[in-house]
Amino acid sequence: MGIIAFLAIFLAVVAACAILLFTLYNKLVGLRNIVRNSWSQIDVQLKRRFDLIPNLVETAKGYMKHENETFVKVTEARAAAMSAINKGDVKEVGAATANLDSSLAKMMLTFENYPELKANQNFMSLQEELSSTENKIAFARQAYNDAVMIYNNAVEMFPTNIIAGMFSFKQSDFFEIEDKSEKQAPKVTF
Amino acid sequence: MWELIERNKRKSLIVLILMFVLMTAFSGAIGYGIEPNYGFYWGALFGILIWAVQSLVAYFLGDDIVLHFNMAVVVTPESSPQLYNIVEEMKIAAGLAVMPEIYIVQSSGLNAFATGIRPNKTAICVTSGLVENLNRDELQGVIAHEMSHILNRDVLFMTFAGVMLGTITMLSNALLKGTVFANSNRRSSRKKGVGVGGHPAVILILLLLAIFAPILARIFYFTISKKREYLADATAARLTRYPIGLASALDKIAKKSSVSFVSKITAPMFIVNPHFTGSDEDSFFSASTHPPIYKRIAILTQLQHGGTVSLGNYQKLYEKEVEHSQLLSNAVLKADTGEKIRQQSVEKTAPEQAKAVEDIILANTGFKILTCECGLKIKLPPSSMQTEVRCPRCKRGLSAAGGTLGTASEGGETELVFKRMSLTAWESFPCQCGNFTFQLSPLFRGTYVICKRCGAKVKIEYP
Repeated sequence: MGIIAFLAIFLAVVAACAILLFTLYNKLVGLRNIVRNSWSQIDVQLKRRFDLIPNLVETAKGYMKHENETFVKVTEARAAAMSAINKGDVKEVGAATANLDSSLAKMMLTFENYPELKANQNFMSLQEELSSTENKIAFARQAYNDAVMIYNNAVEMFPTNIIAGMFSFKQSDFFEIEDKSEKQAPKVTF
Repeated sequence: MWELIERNKRKSLIVLILMFVLMTAFSGAIGYGIEPNYGFYWGALFGILIWAVQSLVAYFLGDDIVLHFNMAVVVTPESSPQLYNIVEEMKIAAGLAVMPEIYIVQSSGLNAFATGIRPNKTAICVTSGLVENLNRDELQGVIAHEMSHILNRDVLFMTFAGVMLGTITMLSNALLKGTVFANSNRRSSRKKGVGVGGHPAVILILLLLAIFAPILARIFYFTISKKREYLADATAARLTRYPIGLASALDKIAKKSSVSFVSKITAPMFIVNPHFTGSDEDSFFSASTHPPIYKRIAILTQLQHGGTVSLGNYQKLYEKEVEHSQLLSNAVLKADTGEKIRQQSVEKTAPEQAKAVEDIILANTGFKILTCECGLKIKLPPSSMQTEVRCPRCKRGLSAAGGTLGTASEGGETELVFKRMSLTAWESFPCQCGNFTFQLSPLFRGTYVICKRCGAKVKIEYP
């Protein structure tokens, strides 16, 4: 009788532990997937921006003959950011993006001197697309960092940290844009 | 954000259960009044049945009914790129998996609401007045507020709670009429077995219940719905990082929020009470689904001046302006470090926008919009079979046939392609399935469009 009771209790404890393990593990996996999904959102928007930049530059070139240097800088920054994205390292992408952001902001400022360009409807549409994409990048970054915060907390805090250690869940990097003064996406003002 | 949802679910569940118990007890008591032996069970069953049927209808058809009866027009990325962009920005910020559908209702009143009981089928509906009168930042604030209702699962909760409130009110009305009827023709009604009879004490208790149950249910319902408005404001401010945008939108909306097409159940989903009559009272018993707008604006404005948008700061201001109670749980507040206020965005002028909204609605209802070289816009109704029209101003002939789809093959794969002829006019072309007409706004610059009916993907090429 005693042995049976002991076995029953033992089995119950083992079952409870297993259930706890599964739920905590699943919670971590769920949080990690949210982080990954949020990152892919940033990825999509960054790529969309890469597609838009050449179009905008093409349209603007016709109106701005003497600003070649600005265009070259933007094109170079775009190429650098693209190769960083292909490597997929969060920190590197942050640095390259900051560079692209600032050169884009400079280009936007020069547009101010060309009222004819600003009246071009094709340009206006591209501008709406680009500024919205800038916003989307900023919002995607915000959502990604929120997700990373929650995931990292789970990896660090008891009891999920035990599971995280067992199955090697690693902390994720925040997506920081290096220069603090340019933390916000450049405001596209035309 | 994610933690917030979990927390909300638990709290909502408690209130829902309380309301459910109240409703069941009330309908059971009525049953007991009619027939003391098994009446309680039958009454309770009857109440639950009414609620269940209404809830099922709301769950499966609610959104479609609301949108259909208001003649809401769906907004596609190709017909209104800007509005679509604003919603998509907020969808990304909120981290929602599924993009809500966007609708415009033609109404000069300024308002917006969210529907969508199921998380994979949600919609945000705005009035044309709203799009015409708000700038980008303000519109973004409103969309973020509605997105927060979706994110916090408010629609689901408020619909079920609203149906319960409705059931309780309905039962109470029936009972009050029934007892009055029973008292005046006591004998005849008893013989027929309708109305409430039995011991006078039972009747008295039932009458008291009939008066107080709806009031209790309303208190449950309205305190929660008000809290949810504040919660949606807090989330919206956090998502946009620009509280003053929403504050300024609320100020504009407050002056002209009245919309004629609202039912009582959908009212809590609007950004500002659509039944607003002018008296902005804030008493505990006030039967308003929304908190007073000046308080909401006050909190948001102060949040803006604080420099950092965080849920914690909103909680502090909420305590200062409204009441000492926990709007957000400590765990949520601790997890949120906040973000810096972002800069104002620069926006096009309003009159252009007002014109554009009209075109969006017409284009989506099947109108063909032709732009003549002289600048005049000719709008052909869907019933028009004309293939060519003459511009009334300059007498030029315009083709109304619309463009046609072509195909192109790249790397062995054939794609459907549409070549745009103009970048300054609306263009339309039918899908290959024949059931859908694409309407491309002059502002559209996307690479692909997708047919709503058959799902075909069409590549757009630009001149």
